[in-house]
Amino acid sequence: MSIPFTATLEAEGIACERGGRRLFEDLSFALGPGDALLVQGPNGTGKTSLMRQIAGLLPLAAGTVRATGSEAGTPTAELCHYVGHLNAVKTSLSVRENLTFWTGFLGGGNVDAALGIFGLAPIAEIDAGLLSAGQKRKLALSRLFACPRPVWLLDEPSVSLDVASVERLSAAIRDHTKAGGIAIVSTHVPLGADFTHTLDLAAPDPLEYGSAEGPAP
Amino acid sequence: MTAALALIRRDVALAFREGGAIGVALGFYLVVIAIAPFGLGPDLNLLSRVAPGLLWVALLLAALLSADRIFHNDYEDGTLDVLTMGPLPLPVVAASKSLAHWITTCVPLALLAPVLGLLLNLPIHTIPLLVLAMLAGTPAVSFIAGIGASLTLGLRRSGLLLALLVLPLYVPVLIFGVSTVSAAVTGPGSPWPPFLMLCAISLASMVLAPLAAAAALRTAFR
Repeated sequence: MSIPFTATLEAEGIACERGGRRLFEDLSFALGPGDALLVQGPNGTGKTSLMRQIAGLLPLAAGTVRATGSEAGTPTAELCHYVGHLNAVKTSLSVRENLTFWTGFLGGGNVDAALGIFGLAPIAEIDAGLLSAGQKRKLALSRLFACPRPVWLLDEPSVSLDVASVERLSAAIRDHTKAGGIAIVSTHVPLGADFTHTLDLAAPDPLEYGSAEGPAP
Repeated sequence: MTAALALIRRDVALAFREGGAIGVALGFYLVVIAIAPFGLGPDLNLLSRVAPGLLWVALLLAALLSADRIFHNDYEDGTLDVLTMGPLPLPVVAASKSLAHWITTCVPLALLAPVLGLLLNLPIHTIPLLVLAMLAGTPAVSFIAGIGASLTLGLRRSGLLLALLVLPLYVPVLIFGVSTVSAAVTGPGSPWPPFLMLCAISLASMVLAPLAAAAALRTAFR
């Protein structure tokens, strides 16, 4: 990441409603350049919903999410990368074509360097349909590097990754926050990244500052 | 603009790579037109009189066969999530995907129509006009199909529901498309007034339908 990011993200009093049930309400946080937020909570407490709300994919039941500072006025969705349960990988395009499309569509970026980060370069020319689940996940994560954006929303990013790749992902998150980016990550396995904030959606007072630990093993 | 081009180029590449949709639409069109004379009888005058209508109706049905794929595949694999987060407004995403459907389905169908016209004894001199009318009218077909595809997103067996929703909206295209070709086959009037109406319908759908499709897409995310 050669371009330092300067975006800040502010959520104010947001609430989420799914099927008539309030998952969480009155949630506020502000993240500045270099901050990393760990989202925790048991299944069904709204981790994915929170990510999708920030990405603009789910309507907010209350409150606002906005980018402030240098990027004020840009829709938050355009500052964010969202990697969720679905990989957004086209099985009949090759690995390289998948990534080249995203750089063309989202604006970016160095495809070859992005392929190198998770070691996908040797399989760049084969159809993505032939990849294993872990390799597809790596391809989805490569989007983060091919098209630089300041805010990463990673929903269970380590699912189906091997140990070495999880480490590479943690290092990538660290590099991203060092470059001034923001990372919001939900995970059930400890990632080695240094989280500056922890958000436990099941706790009565969800937001904690300064936790450098991953989730308890 | 480059983002829209990238999206259109990818959709066209996917349609040709996956192949199935185009082949099925063309095959369906061929079969429907080929069996029509068996039902109508071998009266050549009758066939050439009903040819414009048959060619248009079968084209609409064939184009609808692949219409549910405009958004469905991208919705299923999560691509649509990322597409909404790009630099393009959602209506432009919808328009690009509808345009890709036009290029990959309607244009091949319109180019197959002259061959099928011969099966129905369509006078040779009207064939250029037939292709022209189909190329001018089918953008409306793809863009209106985009509305149906976004409304039925996430439903099982959405193809039939899509046809029910969308076919009534094709009536204006059908009327002016058929009267353009009929005017050239049987006379008396000139084919150009209905042809211009056809162009107007297409242009209006290309502007308005993506707005409706984008609104329907937003509700699909809830």
